[in-house]
Amino acid sequence: MKKLSLLIMSALISMTMQLQAQATEYKIDTRGAHAFVQFRIKHLGFSWLYGRFDKFNGNFVFDKSDPKASSVQVNIDTRSLNSNHAERDKHLRSADFLDVAKFPTASFISTSFIPGKDDTAKLNGKLTLHGVTKEISIDVTNLGGGKDPWGGDRQGFSGTTEIALKDFGIDFDLGPASQTVEIMLDVEGIKI
Amino acid sequence: MQILNSQYRYGLVAITLHWLMAPAIIGNFALGLWMTGLSYQHPWYHQAPQIHKSIGILLFMALLLRLLWRWGNQSPKLEPSPHWQILIAKLTHRVIYCVLLMIVFSGYLISTADGRSIDVFGWFDVPATIYNIDGQEDIAGEVHEWLAWSLIVLVVIHALAALKHHFYNRDSTLRKMLGMPTK
Repeated sequence: MKKLSLLIMSALISMTMQLQAQATEYKIDTRGAHAFVQFRIKHLGFSWLYGRFDKFNGNFVFDKSDPKASSVQVNIDTRSLNSNHAERDKHLRSADFLDVAKFPTASFISTSFIPGKDDTAKLNGKLTLHGVTKEISIDVTNLGGGKDPWGGDRQGFSGTTEIALKDFGIDFDLGPASQTVEIMLDVEGIKI
Repeated sequence: MQILNSQYRYGLVAITLHWLMAPAIIGNFALGLWMTGLSYQHPWYHQAPQIHKSIGILLFMALLLRLLWRWGNQSPKLEPSPHWQILIAKLTHRVIYCVLLMIVFSGYLISTADGRSIDVFGWFDVPATIYNIDGQEDIAGEVHEWLAWSLIVLVVIHALAALKHHFYNRDSTLRKMLGMPTK
């Protein structure tokens, strides 16, 4: 009997914890396109080439009073790669690069959120790209948040990280100046 | 040589079109195969696709002219052959025309998928008409590649049949397209 009540108690506690967590959960605003997954890579070392993924979705948990408990998960449709050039996009989607027929989804799942100075933080997590999962660290800034004019509640972040193409098994040679890609994440989430 | 076709042989226009298009088709297939495997640093990385696209557009124009010429002009009488061979020969010709048309069209859909035009040897631009369809360049690319391989199979059948007529049957089938005196 004691065991049972303990079980119920713990179930109730975990439920309320979940409710609390839900209270600070945000859905990334892809519907309103206040979220961007962009990348840039040097072209021959002469200029920056920008591209983005048009289709992705994700959620994050954030509570200003307890930032350490923050977490985020994002799924990216790699087929939605867009660098404003169809022939290049076709090549980037091919087996030479992202091989999207085989790996149509890339994902990021956070493992820890380490608050730093001001509104910055280090967001660590697992990035799965091209079928390879690797631990990466994203420099994040909480740009702002709060009530929006339409009755919702939002939080916005900007994050950057750099990955080596080789680390994710992409070995098409673009030259010595183009070994790494910068990824730029700008997301606004709406409280759900 | 006469300009128009006669019931005995092909005329100058048909022969010229045929022998201009044949190496262009085979050459563009080889070029397409080669250029898709080039490394990024290769000197031909940008030039090869430019040439491939330009030849493709010119082939399309030549094909239109050829079809018009074919329809507005008699074709030489076929050499006596078994009924099934005539059927297959006619079918192969028609399928070659259709597949060639579809190859050029699918290639056009790849390069114009973002609304960019195709520059033909710097002479003129072919504007985009159908673009921004989801996955357009990828689907068109798959179709383009499959059709190109199919065309080469058809071309081999077509060429082998012509050689068979020339060397085995010893008839005038190939001579008519070479402008040689017929037997």
